Amino acid sequence: MLKTFAKGGVHPAESKYSASSVIENLPLPKTVSIPIAQHIGAPSKPVVQKGDKVKVGDIIAESAGFVSANIHSSVFGTVSKIDNVLDSTGYKKPCVIIDVEGDEWNENIEKLTDLKKEIGLTDKEIIQKINQSGIVGLGGATFPSHVKLSIPDGKKIDVLIINGVECEPYLTSDHRLMLEKSEEMLVGIQILMKALSVNRAIIGIENNKSDAIEHLSGLVKNYPGIEVQALKVKYPQGGEKQLIKALIKREVPSGGLPLDVGAVVHNVGTVFAVYEAVQKNKPLFERVVTVTGKSVKKPSNFMVRIGTPVNELIEAAGGLPEDTGKVISGGPMMGKALNALEAPVAKGTSGILILPEEMAKRKPESTCIRCAKCVSVCPQGLEPYLLNKLTQLEKNDMLEKNGVMDCIECGSCAFTCPAGLPLLDYIRLGKSRVSQIIRSRKQ
Amino acid sequence: MSTTILFTIISLSAIGAGAAIILYFVAQKFKVYEDPRIDQVEEALPAANCGGCGYPGCRGFAEALVKADDISELYCPVGGNETMAAVAKILGKEVEAKEPLVAVVRCSGSQEHRKRVNQYDGASSCAISSSLYAGETDCQYGCLGLGDCVDACDFDAIYMDEKTGLPVVIDDNCTACGACVKACPNDIIELRKKNKKDRKIFVSCVNQDKGGIARKSCKVACIGCGKCVKVCPFDAITMENFLAYIDPNKCKLCRKCVTECPTGAILEINFPPRKVKEDTKDAKSEPKEALEKSENNSSTQKNKEG
Amino acid sequence: MNKLLTVSPSPHVYGDKTVKRLMFDVIIALLPALAFSIYFFGLGAIYVTLTAVVSCLAFEWLIQKYLLKQEPTISDGSAILTGLLLAFNVPTNLPVWIIIIGSLVAIGIGKMSFGGLGNNPFNPALVGRVFLLISFPVQMTSWPVPNGFNTGYTDAVTGATPLGVMKEGIDKGDAVSDIMGQIPSHMEMFYGHMGGSMGEIAALALLIGFAYLLIRKVITWHIPVSIIATITVFTGILWLINPEANADPVFHILTGGVLLGAIYMATDYVTSPMSVKGMWIYGIGIGVITVLIRVFGAYPEGVSFAILIMNAFVPLINIYLKPKRFGEEVNNG
Repeated sequence: MLKTFAKGGVHPAESKYSASSVIENLPLPKTVSIPIAQHIGAPSKPVVQKGDKVKVGDIIAESAGFVSANIHSSVFGTVSKIDNVLDSTGYKKPCVIIDVEGDEWNENIEKLTDLKKEIGLTDKEIIQKINQSGIVGLGGATFPSHVKLSIPDGKKIDVLIINGVECEPYLTSDHRLMLEKSEEMLVGIQILMKALSVNRAIIGIENNKSDAIEHLSGLVKNYPGIEVQALKVKYPQGGEKQLIKALIKREVPSGGLPLDVGAVVHNVGTVFAVYEAVQKNKPLFERVVTVTGKSVKKPSNFMVRIGTPVNELIEAAGGLPEDTGKVISGGPMMGKALNALEAPVAKGTSGILILPEEMAKRKPESTCIRCAKCVSVCPQGLEPYLLNKLTQLEKNDMLEKNGVMDCIECGSCAFTCPAGLPLLDYIRLGKSRVSQIIRSRKQ
Repeated sequence: MSTTILFTIISLSAIGAGAAIILYFVAQKFKVYEDPRIDQVEEALPAANCGGCGYPGCRGFAEALVKADDISELYCPVGGNETMAAVAKILGKEVEAKEPLVAVVRCSGSQEHRKRVNQYDGASSCAISSSLYAGETDCQYGCLGLGDCVDACDFDAIYMDEKTGLPVVIDDNCTACGACVKACPNDIIELRKKNKKDRKIFVSCVNQDKGGIARKSCKVACIGCGKCVKVCPFDAITMENFLAYIDPNKCKLCRKCVTECPTGAILEINFPPRKVKEDTKDAKSEPKEALEKSENNSSTQKNKEG
Repeated sequence: MNKLLTVSPSPHVYGDKTVKRLMFDVIIALLPALAFSIYFFGLGAIYVTLTAVVSCLAFEWLIQKYLLKQEPTISDGSAILTGLLLAFNVPTNLPVWIIIIGSLVAIGIGKMSFGGLGNNPFNPALVGRVFLLISFPVQMTSWPVPNGFNTGYTDAVTGATPLGVMKEGIDKGDAVSDIMGQIPSHMEMFYGHMGGSMGEIAALALLIGFAYLLIRKVITWHIPVSIIATITVFTGILWLINPEANADPVFHILTGGVLLGAIYMATDYVTSPMSVKGMWIYGIGIGVITVLIRVFGAYPEGVSFAILIMNAFVPLINIYLKPKRFGEEVNNG
């Protein structure tokens, strides 16, 4: 019996077209637009200006507080301007725009890709290094990783959980990383274990990646403390609360964090970035991005420099298909539809999904028939039909009582609804209204 | 009369009487004393329960009016000065007559003027669309056309024009309660002074992009050229972030700015048509020159307060 | 790519369930029972079903188009389903004009007056059925004796149902074991060879439909199982106490509208609870009330009333019996 989380969940079609595409380096673009806000927390402050020459890995924006991150140049060239560019948030946001003039790297970075197993830094130095290198959660949440590793007094961590689940359909970047950079990842896990002072790590992998499970299960024999656990294929297995519940049977309390149950969760992409930062002095300036879709000529996984315009990735994957209806940054369940294909790849861009026209429009909307299917699929035990209605009636206090802030926005409810109701649209609106009320209450 | 009927009448009457006595004593014991003036004031209010006064319903406003020592700051936009005068009389307190206001939609970015560059397929709510992305056009400030303002109105004073995709205010029904102003996520609707004959002059644009970018996304955008600021004889127009704003309290409706504006962003509503002089150039045919002017302006050019 | 990109909030893929598909799945699940009742009751079953379905569709269309001035939604299949279930709840010799009145009440009062699909608190087919039962008690309780295509329609020979015979007999004071000789055996009742309304007779057919609904994930097992289990336990206790004054649980399950009600009427989406906890209480309530009416009440059949009474409690159930939230118990910090 494969482990899974008990409550809710749906089974969207997996469509992993790019699962066997080896990671390729995308050719360098001509310009990059690096957003200064690619992470949760305060936007970074630019430390370069028009005309400055920067090398790959030079810092171009500094962290603006504890919950913030450094941003490094992903290319060698000249800063052409700092301007507002339409990015994947759908709005024009400030970006550092650099004209590319070659590929010279910062001297401190070790360019050789041989495996380095010895960990020379102490736990505090590791967290420092992760902070300096601008590493944020690469699963899509972009939460600054050093904050996650800074355990407040009074909380005890006993297990590190590695999220290799990749439950979103279509996406395969984590899958390929686990197959191609396996040992680097395992060393990265050891680094994180040292930083957290834990001696147990579990890598959770969904059962549709049996090659990765087999490969890693063989390798972890040489890495004490790390185990691989196969999980049943069910969305959203990759949600950290659901992952913790499935692997170690502990429930993160409502309004709480994983460290409240003694666990810290990191994505495999983040782990690989940690290895490169700690062992090779390489800050975060590139990541694996899947480009996929039913009509895409060459579904691929590219190693992309941050700031590369999305249309360059699409070109490299065979060009924009004729029947394109929607282009999504991320997966189909939680990703963000793009309104401009020139939007740059940011730290949180895990994939570019192109949906054909026949899949791009929603079901026609009718009325709620109270079938309770949304209730049965909600992994957080909420009642989406009720939260939807309460948001429309603007009953914010009842929204809070019914747990709207527990919603992880996974989209299972809207996926299932037979009446095609835009449940998650309204629940998100309700969440933003209630979180504003909560914030003003705290003041 | 048979004993059954007699017995029925007596027993039911006794029960009725007993219940009445119990109810009387209970009502007396649990009676809540309320200032009788609250009922009187509530009577005088329009009973729309719209919240435009800032209080929960007309009863809530009546309570606030009775409790407050000074009611000159309190105002019912639906009832207007008449109602406030009546309330003042009941309570023996003073009120000042306030200028009547009306809701004004400050965007002209219809389908014709503002090109659609993508299709929105989400829930029909401006709040949801604006939290997702910049909208179906290149102007991220303009009207989204999904009708949150229309849903918010309790007085049937605003409707969505199907052809233009913009909301239209019915001045006669508008009570200036402010519900549509609150509902619009882009702050496009403003409560402005209601003039005689419902005449209005206002900058129908809230776009803060630089002139060239604004004009590319919408043909009738304010490009921040500043010509209106210079021509206004009453110093009623200010410029901030490439956007002009006409102060309704200073504006004397002289219409000079309307002819001066090169893009047609300033609108004059309910005025008689003007005679066109043959020898003056139509200002609307000079947008290119005005664009260059706007690029030269600094981003926060403020007019000197007169 | 010539057309504009579509932009909408997540999720961007959807499941394949639609309202129409769910409604038609239930209709398909009822087809075995329809087939059995046509086999046993002949033309009467066909006339009643057709009248009910057509009049329900007609009334919904007329009310939506002319009274409510909306786009008619009869293509979603819910009116067909209401008509079918109404037909299943009445005897097959019911005259056409009574059926039409029933449809009008079911659709007009039971569904449209509350706001259409999704807004009605009471099961519309049951509202229609109970209205007919109370307004036309004689016609609604004269059950044709099943005789295949020789049964006839309004001229059918009538007789009492096993449930009716049992109730009368027990009231008179006869011993249950004597009464059992006068009614079909358990096996015959399972296959449907007994008097009753169209949908009640064939337990086998209804169970086939139940399996279909479970496989297609249209309903969950909680409501039907809780109703049947409650009735079994309650009547079982009574039977164990006095087997001569109370019929056995299997009899109760196979007769009357228990199976039809438990599987198809109580599980109606709009009028049933939204959480599993709620569904259990709902099912237990229906079971208890059914048995109370059957054993201690004046009517031989109690399922329709029981379901309608519990329908009234569903809003309350939805407020107090909510699903368990993830991470609910622990909240120290």
